[in-house]
Amino acid sequence: MARRRWSPPPLVANPVLRYGLYAGSLAYIALALASIHVNWTRVADGLARGWAFISGFLHPNFAARWGEIVQGMQESLTMTLTATVVGVAMSVPIGLGAARNISHPMVYLTCRAIIAVSRSLQEVIIAILFVAMVGFGPFAGFLTISFATIGFLSKLLAEDIEDADPGQLEAIRATGATWWQWVNHAVQPQVMPRLIGLVLYRLDINFRESAVIGIVGAGGIGATLNTAMDRYEYDVAAGILLIIIAIVMAAEYGSSHLRKYVQ
Amino acid sequence: MLRIEELSKRYGRTELALDGVTLEVPAGQVLALIGPSGAGKSTLIRCVNRLVEPTSGRIFLGDSEITALGKRALRLARRRMGMIFQEFALVERLTVMENVLSGRLGYVGFWASFLRRYPDADIDRAFALLDRVGLAQFADKRADQLSGGQRQRVGIARALIQEPEILLIDEPTASLDPKTSRQIMRLLVELASERDLAAVINMHDVPLAQLFAQRVVGLRSGQVVYDGPPALTPEALTTIYGEEDWARSPAHGLAPDEGEASVEKPRTAAAVPTIHRDKARSV
Repeated sequence: MARRRWSPPPLVANPVLRYGLYAGSLAYIALALASIHVNWTRVADGLARGWAFISGFLHPNFAARWGEIVQGMQESLTMTLTATVVGVAMSVPIGLGAARNISHPMVYLTCRAIIAVSRSLQEVIIAILFVAMVGFGPFAGFLTISFATIGFLSKLLAEDIEDADPGQLEAIRATGATWWQWVNHAVQPQVMPRLIGLVLYRLDINFRESAVIGIVGAGGIGATLNTAMDRYEYDVAAGILLIIIAIVMAAEYGSSHLRKYVQ
Repeated sequence: MLRIEELSKRYGRTELALDGVTLEVPAGQVLALIGPSGAGKSTLIRCVNRLVEPTSGRIFLGDSEITALGKRALRLARRRMGMIFQEFALVERLTVMENVLSGRLGYVGFWASFLRRYPDADIDRAFALLDRVGLAQFADKRADQLSGGQRQRVGIARALIQEPEILLIDEPTASLDPKTSRQIMRLLVELASERDLAAVINMHDVPLAQLFAQRVVGLRSGQVVYDGPPALTPEALTTIYGEEDWARSPAHGLAPDEGEASVEKPRTAAAVPTIHRDKARSV
């Protein structure tokens, strides 16, 4: 008997389509690379400016604009914390509604629509809209971050609820519990650790976002950073960036500890 | 106590999962529901408390027609039916006590349950039940720290604290070892007779069903094909499960036609295996 051969089945069964896809991808990459035009003299100019920026990092200047840095930081931290609290408070009910396995189909669709709107807009774009609506300053930032938090947290919470063990859900439903009792006794214990982890993670993200959206006028440390860059004060900008990095690292370290504790 | 009339269930457009099941279970009776996988056993008991909505047919618990109840009335009726599950279905991150007390959710208001301020009478009931199933010292342990047998005991306590009139039990021993299985079955049968409860138990383990049930109902392709005493003949097993050499079992030794093929020495007393008593009696 002839020896039988075996090789794993290919991802795309049709060989014509398979090799066509390979060839198409290669052609696209080649064309895309060919379409990039690099102006090397400008790159050379930029390198010098880049070097000035990097050397600014080696001599960060905290003292020159200390007052403005402190004010920007206060604004950013306040914005981050309040927006996270408000965002979470709104995300939890929307997340419950957006979980297919526990919600009425109409509620489900409504909540999914809210999430889709929130997620489809990038933070900077939302910030531009809110700055146009309520004017420059941290209040626009607060609204932006709250709104962005809803899309992120509701979606991930809803997905975690949908992954919950159906046996536990069924068991509590069989006791004659009301919907709210059911959520409290069968859903909440299953999703709480992940929810806490997500909230802490979102707090991190929100702080970083608060720095970014300041550039488009939504207040906070981002505005301070933008001003420093506009004045070519790279040493001050470096100081601000170092403070942002330190705060993000501290938050990261603290939240990973807290997450381990709540498992 | 429980009366099921011409119950049918169809999932989507597939064939019938239940096909005109009619069954009556009096109070105090322990009924084992057996049948091949996919015969409709789980669907049947879930139709009784309408975790699965029946397609047609009627179900009565006492005088109330379960199949005719509205949303709120159904919720209140579910209090009268205790359910016990194969994988125990305890809420893993809640304590043993919280799991047991969750059986009272149908009786207490939202804030009382949210703040875990259950009435004193419920707390007393919960402790009494934990004593009865031998887990009083575990009240504040988290459910995921218990062994399989202990978890199923918590599941039993959760069902009983509802003060139900009937127990719906889905494969109670499928995840347990043989000894624990027997202990759990014994406990269920004792509790059913102590409280004069009807019990419908889905089972795969036929010998265990024969050992503990008072009545066996065989389900095949959604239809009742056997309803009678637990002493199942090989013919009855063929009706329920299909063709197989049912006469051959450890108790009967080899089937007659195989007896001559393999010559076995007559057993002496010394060859009979001794059974070692388990020293640790805890489950």
